[in-house]
Amino acid sequence: MSTPILQVNDLKKHFPIKAGFLGGTTGYVYAVDGVSFDIMKGETLSLVGESGCGKSTVGKALLRLFPLTGGQVILGGDRIDDMPNGTLRPLRRKMQVVFQDPFSSLNPRMRVRDILAEPIRNFGLAKDSADLEQRLEGLMDKVRLPRDAINRWPHEFSGGQRQRIGIARALAGEPDLIICDEAVSALDVSVKAQIVNLLQDLQTELGLAMLFISHDLAIVEHMTHRVAVMYLGKIVEVAPKRSLFGAPKHPYTEALLSAVPVPMPGAQRERIILKGDVPSPINPPKGCRFHTRCPYAFDRCRTEEPQLRPVADALAEGHIAACHLHDRPAAENPLAGAKGAQLLALG
Amino acid sequence: MDGGRPATIPPGINVAPEMGDIMPPVKAKKGFIGFLRRNPTIAIGGTLVLLMVCVAIFAPFLAHRDPTSLAPALRTREPSAQFWFGTDMLGRDVYSRVLHGARVSLTVGFSVAFFASLIGLTIGLISGFIRLADSIIMRFMDGMMSIPPILLAIALMALTRGSVGNVVLAITIAEIPRVSRLVRGVVLSLREQPYVDAAVASGTRTPMIILRHILPNTLAPLTVQATYICASAMITEAILSFIGAGTPPIIPSWGNIMAEGRALWQVKPYIVFFPAVFLSITVLAVNLLGDGLRDALDPRMAKRL
Amino acid sequence: MALLEVENLQTHFRTPDGINRAVDGVNFHVNAGETVAIVGESGCGKSVTAMSILRLIPEPPGKIAGAIRFNGKNLLEASDKEMRAIRGNEISMIFQEPMTSLNPVLTVGRQIGETLRLHQGLSAQEAEDRAVEMLNLVGIPEAKRRVREYPHQLSGGMRQRVMIAIALACNPKLLIADEPTTALDVTIQAQILELMKDLKHRVGAAIVLITHDLGVVAEVAERVIVMYAGRKVEEAAVGPLFRNPRHPYTQGLLGSMPKLGSSLTGEETRLAEIPGLVPSLKKKIPGCVFASRCPKVTDLCTQYAPALEEKAPGHVAACHYALREEVVAA
Repeated sequence: MSTPILQVNDLKKHFPIKAGFLGGTTGYVYAVDGVSFDIMKGETLSLVGESGCGKSTVGKALLRLFPLTGGQVILGGDRIDDMPNGTLRPLRRKMQVVFQDPFSSLNPRMRVRDILAEPIRNFGLAKDSADLEQRLEGLMDKVRLPRDAINRWPHEFSGGQRQRIGIARALAGEPDLIICDEAVSALDVSVKAQIVNLLQDLQTELGLAMLFISHDLAIVEHMTHRVAVMYLGKIVEVAPKRSLFGAPKHPYTEALLSAVPVPMPGAQRERIILKGDVPSPINPPKGCRFHTRCPYAFDRCRTEEPQLRPVADALAEGHIAACHLHDRPAAENPLAGAKGAQLLALG
Repeated sequence: MDGGRPATIPPGINVAPEMGDIMPPVKAKKGFIGFLRRNPTIAIGGTLVLLMVCVAIFAPFLAHRDPTSLAPALRTREPSAQFWFGTDMLGRDVYSRVLHGARVSLTVGFSVAFFASLIGLTIGLISGFIRLADSIIMRFMDGMMSIPPILLAIALMALTRGSVGNVVLAITIAEIPRVSRLVRGVVLSLREQPYVDAAVASGTRTPMIILRHILPNTLAPLTVQATYICASAMITEAILSFIGAGTPPIIPSWGNIMAEGRALWQVKPYIVFFPAVFLSITVLAVNLLGDGLRDALDPRMAKRL
Repeated sequence: MALLEVENLQTHFRTPDGINRAVDGVNFHVNAGETVAIVGESGCGKSVTAMSILRLIPEPPGKIAGAIRFNGKNLLEASDKEMRAIRGNEISMIFQEPMTSLNPVLTVGRQIGETLRLHQGLSAQEAEDRAVEMLNLVGIPEAKRRVREYPHQLSGGMRQRVMIAIALACNPKLLIADEPTTALDVTIQAQILELMKDLKHRVGAAIVLITHDLGVVAEVAERVIVMYAGRKVEEAAVGPLFRNPRHPYTQGLLGSMPKLGSSLTGEETRLAEIPGLVPSLKKKIPGCVFASRCPKVTDLCTQYAPALEEKAPGHVAACHYALREEVVAA
């Protein structure tokens, strides 16, 4: 767990807004605006946040599904952010993806066999047709689907089974890192558990690193080693999960934790209800982007943007947060101490 | 599972009351018959289209006499046992002419549908994938679409000699903008599909993305569109012939027959009536087939319930 | 007498490859002012049940049988005109997707006012005043200005508040909320749940909450009905249901949810899986509907469908093996 498989520095993706007869750019959606993180070999990093915070854009940007606005992406020692497509293509093998919607993530006009064989052929992994066959069978076994299902069409499978096929496709290239973009969010509770367990087993078995993009904090806590919280295109807090859930050090993280409904009727917990909605990423607030909804905001937050810095009283090493409150003495800092248990009704 | 079921319910076991059926059972038919039963519009439209195709193919055998042979003595006869649909001003058998007219109509309809789809597909794929080409092609298509297709076809016909081939060409050109717009729209939405992103991420080259992931998924909406083009082409052909800008008068087409009967419409309405009925039925049949295909091929419709 | 009594509700759909028994013999009641949650996974029949209460099922291909008594009146025998007078007035509904449930070309005020003018014969001015009042009630700031706005000018959370305002405008006795917070983000969901809890005290309408989210259930419901494959498999007050689930399906559902705070309490165990898939509702299931996935299944289960039995006071479950209170005590 010491060499980073993926390093991301100051990643930016601004989508131009085209308008008018000549299609001139009238503004930008600041979807991802300076995001940095690393993922170690075999590690799971989760990216959490609400819709529109840019977490899925980060995933797609890392996969170079569109050109980046700025920043560096280093995958296994190679800088891929400005690499030409032709050079990048063989390196794509190292980083694969599982998407949210089990229905639109498989081509309805391809059999499972062809879906799984596509990456193997693209990356020239199979020595001959017998080897290809063996690999295909291995993939079906890995995701616990019957081998004879390989000649069927995607529509013959249920949502959970399709998600298994999606995972098998991601594994076909023998990647070092898998990006799971809300990979279990669309599934029913009981099926979700099956897929979560499968992902965890595969990770231990194959030593995969994972970028787990999700809005579901309970699943994130269950799956992950470290968590990065995103708000309006920026990361506001990164920490090992025990430290993040036990002692959140950003007011947004704190509010998120307190907002998740827990299946414990009558639970006594501290509730922080945020006012209003997430501002538009077209015109993000000046200063700290969270100050419009932050219950603790003060003057400095409206003018000066806080940087991600290590926090003093975290529960574990490597806990960083972007909040001016930590410059205040502990007595005046509402985020001091470990409040996670109260927020999660574990009292 | 059903082996060894005890005759009596074991004591202490509370069995739920059986719920009856509230509607008669469905007799699920498999295979081709089942498909037709589930899609009656395809069955009806398809049968009518097939019937028209047969009429066109076997016109020389079904017709009583040569559709072009003149018989001045037998001019403008009312429909009778000898002349089922009567005769026209030159004494030609309207029945034979209408049957032969089906050949022109269907040839034009099917050819236009085929060529317009093929060319539209190519243009749509190009503009859906190459941004620079897109802005140029689509502005050009917008310009073409601002001219009514019938006017465009008339203008094109004015430049050439009247023949079935030229009619097909003129109508095809007029129909291309619509098809390429449709294909481009489908391509753009398909490019956003996660399975295309996944294919890019797993190292698939752009030509293969188009061939394997985009093209097969455009075929269903394109097939539906092709049927509508076919219907519209048959009407356009009839209009062109009717105003004398279409197939040469020597070839019996439904438009030509109606044009020739127009002068006598007040006194001998059957000359116009029969080709008009055939045209309407054929267009209706093709449209029914298109609607049926749309419902059967649209996965969102099929997924419901 | 309960406000709503559903008796042997069956809602079936005709499909080309068989009859889909989406709801097959469901009984429950809702008392005035009570919040009852119906939970289950997709395809369990919870939404169809809700739609059946308001007779919003297209017939054909659907058909509803049984009895749905609202204030003693069987809605299945009511005329279309009577149903129109009930919908949006005495029983109203909130849907999952606030954007598609609001009319994009009418102002928010018009949409709230419309039901009032239709059902209560208010004048245009009275309706607008009441609309402003309703927007204030659901916590929309600057209600006077907002009532003249169109849905696209509002955020997702605001739209769901407007939906709630429309639903409550006529002081309904029963509110059916079908996944009201599923499309919303966590922080917005928290706002809406808080609002619903607050309104429950103030308005006094009974609520039928349809959801798949057990966390939401724990937060707002008083009584819970668990549905599986078109049947009710368990029903209990919210406390006993979460503390002591009796049906293996409910136990499985609760076990398959990761617990928030697991990294702090050290309960980082593997999630319990419910193996397999929901059975097809197009074939008759002879025994227990859950038998194909149940860890405790025996021959008895595949042969005889278990009836709903009272396992503890007010706690019923449809399982031959779920223990009764006295057995547990002994």
